Amino acid sequence: MSLSSFLMPGGASGMTSFFSIEYMFVFLPIAIVLYWLSPQKMRRYVLLFESCAFFWLISGKLIAYLILSAVSIYGFGLWIEKINAKKKEAIKGLDREEKKKVKKKFTSRSRLVLAIAAVIHIGGLLVLKYSAFAVGNINSLLALMNVGVRMSVPKFIMPIGISFFTLQAVSYLVDVYRDKIQADKNFLRVFLWLSFFPQIVEGPICRYSQTAEQLWKAEKIKFDSLTLGLQRIVFGMMKKLVVADRLNPLIENVFNNYNEYHGGVIALAAVCYTIQLYMDFSGSMDAVMGTAQIFGIEMPENFKRPFFSRTISEFWKRWHVTLGEWLKDYIFYPITMSKPMQKLTKSARKKLGNHFGPLLAGSVALFCVWFANGLWHGAAWSYIFFGMYHFALILTGRILAPAINTVNGKFHVNTKSKPDQAMQIIRSDILVVIGELFFRANGLRAGMKMFGRMVTDFSFGSSAHALFTKLGVDYADLLIVGVTVVIVFAVSVLNEKGMCVRAELKKKNIVLRWAVLLALCMYIVIFGAYGIGYMPVDPIYANF
Amino acid sequence: MKEELMEILEELRPDVDFENEKQLITDGILESFDIVALVGELSDAFDIELHVEDLVPDNFNSIEGMMELIEKLQDE
Repeated sequence: MSLSSFLMPGGASGMTSFFSIEYMFVFLPIAIVLYWLSPQKMRRYVLLFESCAFFWLISGKLIAYLILSAVSIYGFGLWIEKINAKKKEAIKGLDREEKKKVKKKFTSRSRLVLAIAAVIHIGGLLVLKYSAFAVGNINSLLALMNVGVRMSVPKFIMPIGISFFTLQAVSYLVDVYRDKIQADKNFLRVFLWLSFFPQIVEGPICRYSQTAEQLWKAEKIKFDSLTLGLQRIVFGMMKKLVVADRLNPLIENVFNNYNEYHGGVIALAAVCYTIQLYMDFSGSMDAVMGTAQIFGIEMPENFKRPFFSRTISEFWKRWHVTLGEWLKDYIFYPITMSKPMQKLTKSARKKLGNHFGPLLAGSVALFCVWFANGLWHGAAWSYIFFGMYHFALILTGRILAPAINTVNGKFHVNTKSKPDQAMQIIRSDILVVIGELFFRANGLRAGMKMFGRMVTDFSFGSSAHALFTKLGVDYADLLIVGVTVVIVFAVSVLNEKGMCVRAELKKKNIVLRWAVLLALCMYIVIFGAYGIGYMPVDPIYANF
Repeated sequence: MKEELMEILEELRPDVDFENEKQLITDGILESFDIVALVGELSDAFDIELHVEDLVPDNFNSIEGMMELIEKLQDE
C-alpha cells in the first residue's frame, strides 16, 4: 500500500485489525512517539487528534457520525443537567410530600429530553443497521400473503464501531439523567472519551466515569506501563494470529459445506469456532487494553476467564462484560424498576413467594435484554435465536434452582466439591458451544440443520488422516494451536487463582522481562498464521 | 432497623451470611433477580422509593450499605 492511498480518507480500513501491519507498525508507534514528545498541556489534544485521525483513516467522511454523536450528547447532557439543577434548587426547604411533587414535575421534563436524545441515537442505529433486515422480512411476509407490493430495501453505509459508540453515548445521557455524573461543560473532553481510538472498533463499552477523567489527564508515558502494555498487546497478538486465524480455514470449510460432514466434525468445528471467537475477541481486547495501558489509561475488563463459569448466567458475567453490564444497567433494571413491573412483582411475590414472584417481572426484562443482545450482534434471525437461546437457558436455570437444590440436598451432592464444579463447568461450556454454533452458522436454517446432524449423526465418517486432508489442516497446525491454547489456559488458571502473570514478571529483572517479550514475538513470527496460504481474518466483533 | 432488614434478607436468601458478607454484589452472591425482590421488600417495609440510580454495588454489597441507603432515602 502506498503512503498516499494509506492517508486517503478511509484508505486504511485494514487498521480495524489491531494486529495489521498498518496499525501495529505504522499508526501505533507514530501515535506513541507523538504523544510522548508532546508537552503535558498538549497531550490530551494530541490524543484527540490521533483518535480523529484513526477514525478518518478507517472510515473517511463517516467520521461525521462520530462528531454528530459527540455534539448531540454534549448538548443534550447539558440540557438535562440544567433541569436537574433547577430541580435541586426548587426542592430546597420543602417537606417530604412537596419535594416528591416538585421532583416528579422536573423528572418528567428531564425524562422527555432524555427520550428525545435516546430516540435520535438508538433510532439512528436502528435505521442504519436494521432497516434492510426489517424491510426484507416485511417483503417476505407480503410474498407469503400473496400481496404483489414490495418495498425497496434501503442501503446504508454504516460507520465502523457505531454499535459500540452509540451504547457509550446513551450511557452518558442516562447517567447524567440519573445524576450519577455531571454533564461535562468541556466538549473536547466528551469527544475524547467517546472517540478514544483503541476502543472505537470493538469496545470495551466504557462509562464516562471510568475513563473520561483519565484520558483528559493525559499522563506521560511511563516505562513500566509501556512494558506491561506491550506485553499484553503481544499476548493478544498470539491469541489472534496463532490460534484464531490458524483455525479459520477449518471453520470456514465446515460451516460453508456442512452437508459434506458428519455430526462429529460439525461439533469439532463448533468447538473450534468457540475457541476462535474467544481468541479473536479477547486477543483484540488485549491489544486495546495494552494500548490504553501505554497511555496510562485503565479500562474496564471485557473478559474474566469465561470458560471457568459454572452456569450460563455466570458465563455472561465473564464474557463481553461491558455489554452485559450495559444491558443490565440500561435495560434490565429500568424495566424491573418501572412502576407496572414493581406492582407485578409485589402481587406475584404475595402469591408465588420470594423465588418465583420476582421471576415474572424479571423474565420480561430478561427477554428484552436477550432480544437486544442478539439483535445488537447483527440483523439476522440467527442472532435473535442466539439471544433467545440464552434467555431460555438462564430463565430455566433460575426456575429450576430450588428443585435442583432440593435434589442435591436429598442425595447429599456437594456442589462445592471439585469434581462437581468441574462437571458444572463442562456442562456450561457445552451449552455455550451449542449457542456459538447457531451464532456462526450461515443463517438460522443452516444452524438448525447443523445442530440436527450433530445430535442424530455423531460420527466422524472417515479416518483422522483423511478428515484432516479434507479439512485442509495438518498435524502441525493442530499441534501449534494445541500448545498455544494450553499456554493461554495455563495463564487463565493462574489468573483465576488471583495471580497476575505480568505483575509477577514485573518483579523479575529487566533481562528476563524482555526475554519473555522477545520469545513471545518470536513465537508469533514463527507460528502465526499469515503469509502464503493464509488470508488475513478481520476481527469478528468489528462487524457487530 | 437492622433487625427488620436482617429478617427481610434472611427470608429472601436463607443461605447467605449477611452479617459477615461485605461483597454481596461484587462477589455475585446477590443476583439481579434477588435485587428485584429486595427492592419491593425494602420499599414496603421502610416506606421508601428506590430508583434505578440507587442500584449500585456500594448500596447493596453489605447490610451497612443497605442501611445507609435506607436512611438516605427516608430523609429525602
